[in-house]
Amino acid sequence: MTTTTSPPSGANFLNVGERTNVTGSAKFRKLIEANDYPAALAVARQQVESGAQIIDVNMDEGLLDSEKAMVTFLNLIASEPDISRVPVMIDSSKWVVIEAGLKCVQGKPIVNSISMKEGLAQFREQAVKCRRYGAAVVVMAFDEKGQADTCERKVEICTRAYKILTEEVGFPPEDIIFDPNIFAVATGIEEHNNYGVDFIEATREMKRRFPLVHISGGVSNLSFSFRGNEQVREAMHSVFLYHAIKAGMDMGIVNAGQLAVYDNIPAELRERCEDVVLNRRADSTDRLLEAAERYKAGGGKKKEADLVWRNGDVGSRLTHALVHGITDFIETDTEEARRLADKPLHVIEGPLMAGMNVVGDLFGAGKMFLPQVVKSARVMKQAVAYLQPYLEAEKIASGVASKPAAGKIVMATVKGDVHDIGKNIVGVVLQCNNYEVIDLGVMVPAQKILEVAKRENADIIGLSGLITPSLDEMCTVAAEMQRQNYHVPLLIGGATTSRVHTAVKIAPNYTNNQAIYVTDASRAVGVVSQLLSPTDSKAYVAGITAEYVKIRDNHLKGEQKKVRLPLAVARANSFKIDWAQGVPQAPTFTGTRVFKNYDLGKLVDVIDWTPFFSTWELTGRYPAILKDKIVGVEATKLFADAQALLRRMVTEKWLTANGVIGFWPANSIGDDIVIYTDASRKTERVRTHTLRQQIAREHKGPGGRERANTALADFIAPADTGLADHIGTFAVTTGIGEEAALAKYFKATDDYGRIMMKALADRLAEAFAEHLHARVRREFWAYAPEETLSNEDLIGEKYQGIRPAPGYPAQPDHTEKATLWTLMDVEAAAGITLTESYAMWPGSAVSGFYFANPASHYFGVGKVERDQVEDYARRKGWDVATCERWLSPVLNYDAKAGAAVKAAGGKAA
Amino acid sequence: MSTRAQRIEALHTAAAERILIMDGAMGTEIQNFKLDEAGYRGKRFKHWHRDVKGNNDLLVLTQPDIISGIHAAYIDAGADIIETNTFNAQVISMADYGMEEFSAEINGEAAKLARQAADAAEAKDGRVRWVAGAVGPTNRTASISPDVNNPGFRNTSFDELRSAYTEQVIALIEGGVDVILIETIFDTLNAKAAGMAVLEAFDAAGVILPIMISGTITDRSGRTLSGQTATAFWYSMRHLKPFSVGLNCALGAELMRPYIAEISGVADTLVSAYPNAGLPNAMGEYDETPHDMACQLEPWAKDGLVNIVGGCCGSTPAHIADVAAHVRKYPPRKLPEIAPKMRLSGLEAFVAG
Repeated sequence: MTTTTSPPSGANFLNVGERTNVTGSAKFRKLIEANDYPAALAVARQQVESGAQIIDVNMDEGLLDSEKAMVTFLNLIASEPDISRVPVMIDSSKWVVIEAGLKCVQGKPIVNSISMKEGLAQFREQAVKCRRYGAAVVVMAFDEKGQADTCERKVEICTRAYKILTEEVGFPPEDIIFDPNIFAVATGIEEHNNYGVDFIEATREMKRRFPLVHISGGVSNLSFSFRGNEQVREAMHSVFLYHAIKAGMDMGIVNAGQLAVYDNIPAELRERCEDVVLNRRADSTDRLLEAAERYKAGGGKKKEADLVWRNGDVGSRLTHALVHGITDFIETDTEEARRLADKPLHVIEGPLMAGMNVVGDLFGAGKMFLPQVVKSARVMKQAVAYLQPYLEAEKIASGVASKPAAGKIVMATVKGDVHDIGKNIVGVVLQCNNYEVIDLGVMVPAQKILEVAKRENADIIGLSGLITPSLDEMCTVAAEMQRQNYHVPLLIGGATTSRVHTAVKIAPNYTNNQAIYVTDASRAVGVVSQLLSPTDSKAYVAGITAEYVKIRDNHLKGEQKKVRLPLAVARANSFKIDWAQGVPQAPTFTGTRVFKNYDLGKLVDVIDWTPFFSTWELTGRYPAILKDKIVGVEATKLFADAQALLRRMVTEKWLTANGVIGFWPANSIGDDIVIYTDASRKTERVRTHTLRQQIAREHKGPGGRERANTALADFIAPADTGLADHIGTFAVTTGIGEEAALAKYFKATDDYGRIMMKALADRLAEAFAEHLHARVRREFWAYAPEETLSNEDLIGEKYQGIRPAPGYPAQPDHTEKATLWTLMDVEAAAGITLTESYAMWPGSAVSGFYFANPASHYFGVGKVERDQVEDYARRKGWDVATCERWLSPVLNYDAKAGAAVKAAGGKAA
Repeated sequence: MSTRAQRIEALHTAAAERILIMDGAMGTEIQNFKLDEAGYRGKRFKHWHRDVKGNNDLLVLTQPDIISGIHAAYIDAGADIIETNTFNAQVISMADYGMEEFSAEINGEAAKLARQAADAAEAKDGRVRWVAGAVGPTNRTASISPDVNNPGFRNTSFDELRSAYTEQVIALIEGGVDVILIETIFDTLNAKAAGMAVLEAFDAAGVILPIMISGTITDRSGRTLSGQTATAFWYSMRHLKPFSVGLNCALGAELMRPYIAEISGVADTLVSAYPNAGLPNAMGEYDETPHDMACQLEPWAKDGLVNIVGGCCGSTPAHIADVAAHVRKYPPRKLPEIAPKMRLSGLEAFVAG
C-alpha cells in the first residue's frame, strides 16, 4: 500500500540526540542556568518530534546543582507525555546524579555511564544498582590506568567489564553498551592519528566477541581540532560514522542536524577526511588542514552557494528539498509542480514520489541516517498537506464529491509504528476516487481499529507499517478480526510487508474474509474497486485466496528444501557432462589480453536498461516500461535524461573503459579447478575453489540441471579424463574517471544527477562485460564464430557458455576474485583494485570466469552446510571461523550457535 | 507439611503442568460483613484516637476469623494461590489511620492467617496451596504530580516507597509467604521501588522467593494510570526476572483481553490475569455472574494466553469455582521465544536493532 522509503541497512543505528545535554548544547545550558524549564522542555519536545528515539539528559555543569537539575527536569518530563513516551538516557559523570535520576523514571532508561576507573568494587556496586533500577548501561572503556586509547586496550578493558557484568552481576549482554572512546584526530600530535582506526577496529573486534552488545560513542569529539569549521566537522563525522557503522557501531550521540550526507561531501574533502579517519597516509592531517582552509573560506559563501539548487527544474528542487529536509520552499515548489501537472494527484504520484525514492536509495545504501529520513518525511507531509485543498476541489469539479461515496475504508498504521507517508498517500488516492477514508493515524492498537471499523460500518480495513515488528502486529489484528467475527476484507501494505508474508503469516489468521497485499498506492484503487464491486468481488477474492494457497504451498516446499544433503551425497549427484563428447576447442591464445581505453560508443547499444529502471524503483521491462500505464511517463522522462547524460559521458569521454581477459589450461579436481602454468599441464599455477549445491533434490539420480547438485567445477573436464580443457577470466571497468567527473560536472547537492551518472556507469560496466563476452565467443576463444544474436537475445543469455562472477549465486565467495587478480594482474592491466572486503574499485566494474562448455549454465549454490564449509575452509587454507565469516550469507546454520555448542563440549557432534 | 523450599519447587512444577487458579476479591467479600466502626476496631483498638472503618488490612488483627473464613472459602472454590490481606499494609497507606506503627505486625499476622488456611487445606488433601504476600500500590504516585499547577511536584519519593515496602516485605517473608505479589500497579515507578525493596528484603532475609507482578490498565486507552503501554510496563519490570507478569483490576475480562494478549506476546515468563467481575454498575456493584466471568475467561485459556487466572474486585468464591471449572481443561500458555535485544521504555516500548 505504501511506496515510500524502505530502510534495510543503517536503520539499526540508534541516534541519541544531545540537545538536552548542557555539555552538548549551549542553548540548553543557558535555559537550565536561567531556571527556564518551560523552554527547556520545549527543546526536549522538539527533539522527540523531530524523531529522537531516546533523549539524553545531562546536567553536568560546574555551576549547576546537577543532581537537583536532573531530578527537576526528569520529573517535569514525566508530566509531558509527548516527551516521556521515549526512553531517557541518564547522562552524568557523577554517580549521585545518575542514581537521583534513576529514582525519577518509570520506564527502562539507559545509564551513561559507569566504568572501572575507580576500581572494580565500585564498578560492581554501581552495576548491581543499575540492574536493580532496571536500566541498561553504557560502560566507558576506562580503568584505573585511564581511558583506553589503543584498540588493544579498548578491547581488553571492555572484555574485562563484560565478564564482570554478565558473569557476576547478571547483566544481559543486550543491555550493555560499550563506549570505547572517540578521541580527537588530526590534532597535529602523531600519536593521535590512529584514534579513529583504533575505535573502528575495537568496535569490529568487540562485535565479533560479544555480538549482542551495543557500541556507542560521542562523535563530536573526533573533530575537536576543527572547532569553528562546521563543514569540515560535519564531513568528518559523516565519514567516521560511515565506517564505524560498518564495523558494528550501532549507537551514538550525534547532532542529526549537523551531519553531512555522505554522498554530498565534496569528493576532495571526503577523501581527505577519510585519509584522516582511517589514518591512510602520513600527511593526511596536513592535507585536511590545507583543504579545511578552503572550505572554511567557503563557509561564508556556503549560505549563498546553498541556494544554487534553486536553479534546477521543479522536480530536482523537490528532490533536493526532500533529501535535505528543507521546508523553506516546499509550498512554492509544490505549487509550481501543481500548475505543471494535469491533476494535483499527479504531483504526489510523480515528482514527490520520485524524490522520496531517491531518499530511500540513499538510506538503503547507508548514506543517509534515520533522523535525516524523518526530516524528509516531514517535508513530504507538508507538500501533501499543501495539495489537500486542490485535491478536494478536484473531487468536486469532477463530480465525484457529489456522488455518494463508493465505499468506506478504515486505515491505520499499526501499533508500535509511526510511519505513515505511504498510508497517507493511499488515503489521498482513494479519496480522489470517491472512497470515504477514515484514517486513524499512527500507532493504533488493534482494538481501536476494530471498534472504529464496526462503529463506522467500514467496507474494508487497511493496515500499514514500515518496520518489521509491524508484521507481527498485523497478524494480531487479523487474528482479532477473526475472533471478533469481522467479515470485511483486510488490506496490507507498507515497506516491509510482502505478498508472501501476507499469504503465509497474515491471511491464515483471518479466514472470514481475505487479507490482501497491496503493492503500492497506485494499486490501491484497483484492489478496492474490485473488492467492492457487486459483480467482480467474489471472483476476485476467490482468485486471491487461490493464489495465496499456492504461495503458502510453495513457501512450505521452500522450507522443506532447506534440508541439505551431506556433501558426499551432493558430490555423488554432481552435474554430469558426457566427456566422451570432448571439450570445447582451445582458445586462440593463452595468457592475457588487455583492452585500454575501450570505445564507450560500442557499449551504448548493448546496455541492458531494465536494471537501470529498477535502480529508480520503476519496475518493468525495457522497452515496454516506457509505455507502462502507471510509470510510463516517469520512465520516459528518466530515460530521456539518461540518454542526454549518457551522450555527454561518451562524447566528452568522462569515463575510461579498461578491461583484461585471459585463457588458461585447466582441469577440475573434485570441487576445485586447477589452472596450469602451460599446456603440458604439469605444474599447477593457481587453484580456484567452487562451492556445490547441497539442496535436497526430490528426484535423485543423474538428470538435468534441475536435479543435480551442481558446482562450477562440474563444467570443466576432470584431470583424470586427460582432456585439454580451458577456463577464461575477465575483469572490466568503466568507472575510471567517475569520481573526477562527479566532482567536475555535478554540484554536491545534485543527487539526481550524481545518482544518474553512477547508475549509467554501472550499466556501461555491465555492457562492457557483455560485449567482451560476445567477442570472446566469436573471436578470442572463438568457439562460436558464427554467433549472431540480437541485444534482446544477449540479455536473455541465449548463447553458449557463461561468465559467472565471484560474489554472485554460482560462486558466493567474494574472495575468489583474488584468483582473478593474481592470474591477470588486474590492478596493473585495468586499474581496478580490490578492497579488503573484496569489493572492486572503482565500483562500476565486473569480473568473473568464462566457461565455454555448451552444458555450462547459471545456477545458485544456495545455502551450504557445515560439512562443506569445513571442507572448503580446508581447501582454501582458512580456519572454519574465517570461512564462516566469508560465507555467512549462504550458511544453512547459525555459525554462532554452533560455536557455542562446541565450546560447551560438542554435544551436537 | 511441606517446607517453603518444597512449595516453591512444587509451584514451578505445577505451573509447567496446568493453569493455576488464584483467589478472588478480598475487599468486596469483607463488605458483605457490613462491619461498623466498632467492628473494625475490635477490642484492641476500642479507644483508638481516629476512625478506622475502611482499614480492611487491620481486620487481620481485629477480626481474624473473618479473614481466615474468606481464605478458606477461596481454597474450597479451587484456588491454588491465595493472597494475604495486606493490600494497604505499609506505612504510607497506614498513615491515613495513624497506624504506621502496626504495619509490620499486620503483614506478619496476615501471612500467618493465610499460611494456616493453606496448610489446613494441604493437611486435608495433600495438595499444596501457595500464599502470595500482596504488596499494593500505596495511595501515592511517584511519577505523577497531585498538583495540577506544579507538574514537577511529588508527594512521595522512590526512597520513601522503597523503605515502606522493605518493611512490609520482610514482615511478609517472616510470616511465611511463598511468593511476593506486587499488584494493582498503576504507577510503574512505585512498582520499581517495590521491586528494589523486594530484592533488598531477600538480601536481608537470606531467601529468594518467586515474584509475581501485576499491573493495572485503567481504561481503554490501554495505558496504566501513569501512562505506560502494557509492553512498556513489562520492559520496565523485566529486570526483576519475575515468576509471572500480568494484569488485574480496573477492567472486566472483556476489556482486559487485548492487553493480556499483548503481554502474552512479549513476556518470556508466565502470564497472570485476574480481572474484575465486569465493570461496576451505577450503584457501584459488580454484577457479572460467575458463569459470565468464566465464559469470558475460558477462551483466554483456550487461546493459550494465560498461565494463572483469578478474580479481582467483585469476584466471589462462586466466581473462582466457575472460572476454575472452565479453564482447567486447557494446557497452560507456552512461553514465547523473545529475541535478546535491548528493550527500553518511556511511556512506550522501544526495541533497539
